[in-house]
Amino acid sequence: MRQLGRFYLIAILLFLYTPIAVMMAMGFNESPLYELPFTFSTRWYEALLSNQPLLKAGANSIIIALITAVIATTLGTMASVALSRRTFRGKSLLQLLLLPPIAIPWLITGTAMLIFFYWSGIGRGMHALLIGHVALAIPYVVLVVGTGFKTVRADLEEAAMSLGSTPVHAFFSVTLPLLYPSILGAALFAFAVSLDQFVISYFLATPGYTTLPVQIYSAIRKGFTPEINAISTLLLLGSMAVILIFARFAKPGDTRDKR
Amino acid sequence: MQNDQLALAQTRGSVDPRVKRPLPAWVSTTALLLPTYGWLTIAIFLPLLTMLAFSFMSATPMGKTPVEFTLKQYRAFIDQPYLLRIGFNSLMMGFWTTLFCAILGFLAAVALVRATVGKTRETLLVLILLPFWTNGLVRVFSWTMVLRENGFLDNILHMVVPDAGSISILYTRYAVVLGLVHGYLPYMILTCYIALVTIDDAIIEAAASLGARWWTILYKILIPMAAPGLISGAVLIFIPVIGSFMEPRILGGRVGVTMGTVIEDQFTQAFNWPLGASLSFTLLAVVLAIFATFSGVLRGRTAG
Repeated sequence: MRQLGRFYLIAILLFLYTPIAVMMAMGFNESPLYELPFTFSTRWYEALLSNQPLLKAGANSIIIALITAVIATTLGTMASVALSRRTFRGKSLLQLLLLPPIAIPWLITGTAMLIFFYWSGIGRGMHALLIGHVALAIPYVVLVVGTGFKTVRADLEEAAMSLGSTPVHAFFSVTLPLLYPSILGAALFAFAVSLDQFVISYFLATPGYTTLPVQIYSAIRKGFTPEINAISTLLLLGSMAVILIFARFAKPGDTRDKR
Repeated sequence: MQNDQLALAQTRGSVDPRVKRPLPAWVSTTALLLPTYGWLTIAIFLPLLTMLAFSFMSATPMGKTPVEFTLKQYRAFIDQPYLLRIGFNSLMMGFWTTLFCAILGFLAAVALVRATVGKTRETLLVLILLPFWTNGLVRVFSWTMVLRENGFLDNILHMVVPDAGSISILYTRYAVVLGLVHGYLPYMILTCYIALVTIDDAIIEAAASLGARWWTILYKILIPMAAPGLISGAVLIFIPVIGSFMEPRILGGRVGVTMGTVIEDQFTQAFNWPLGASLSFTLLAVVLAIFATFSGVLRGRTAG
């Protein structure tokens, strides 16, 4: 029975990873029409270096993800302080209001943003993408930092205050250092959410300002070469690295008391 | 000694003229919350309200055509019966994807809990969840490499049977469901795993030593224990799947027409925003109804 279970899990992993591996391998195959037999070549990666639209879209993606991570982490951590440490009326309603960005299909949120941004004059482009990406990342930040708060005892801050520290000083010198792995984890998570976001970006991008996933999507629909495999491979490895570092920092299941 | 210092610090704290009187708590609470909820209002809540308003308009308010209040966008399902069939297809796509995810995911969670321990289990969990946090678009794209005519699957087949034809299923509904299952399976494995990991091994051993067969253990212990995980996994998969549009587009080609792609078309091709808005809101109504039905189970999950 135990053997069967392990065999099954290996089959599941094969199912999950085979297409990805095939896609990555094809980026190193000489033939522009994905013909086999396989001939190793780095020509598609070399071609990437001179593909300005893709490179620009890639740079846009990284910049947007960095800014999103900074803004979403700052705002989300502030909200998390209030939601984790304060008691006030309407708290559960506010917590409920964090769900729509995660729970409503992005197609609906994305088209709604398109309508509102057009109608209100905000328009499309980089700033519109930022507004959307930060909104999608904030709930995750509140969640990750909120989990972090459960491991930091509230009485440490009270002790600091009773020793003459101001509330702000107590937070920055006692709670924040203990919370920093969660905050860093939340920032990485926000970065990954933004880097992989496609649907919202698709509706808010302009011909002059796109992100990598939007560019890949239009390439898939209009005809493409293994260059797309090459850039997809880089994107995939990039976000996998970010998530592995996140798992290292945030340890989502770890609720041990940090003293 | 320590107490003296504590007392000293406290008196200093209260006498020191540099220390301002603390602001009332609600002021700082509001200041902490305002940026986040202000941002969400501009990015999520106002857009949804605007879309609701647009869904009652007779035309996209951009050109010279006068715009009137109308309910006709919501009559689209009656006026254009093909939309009903597309809606039904989308629901079926959600149903099959969720069903396959439930079966494969539940079994994977059982295998994780029963057949692995410690570091191996941790590594397997990370490996299973890793693809989930990578780009969904790229993962869908990689299936085209496998399924296309003369692609990976065809080549494997030709290695075994050299003169067999193509078994390409690209641009069929099967391909769409396959791609969706691939995308959402890790979700179900995770929710089932969280539900099952609390099972005490002793319960199963006790059942087995009392003569329970494996199917009895499955139906009387494992499935009931995993039920909250199965339900929340199903909700969390069904909802994004019925709103998906890039998976049907890329893997379904001409047959991949769903509510998602119809809505996308209204915004990117047909430029009929009011119809797109009303279809989006119909979809949202379905989503909210599902959440309302299962909110009890979902809340139990997040609290526990």
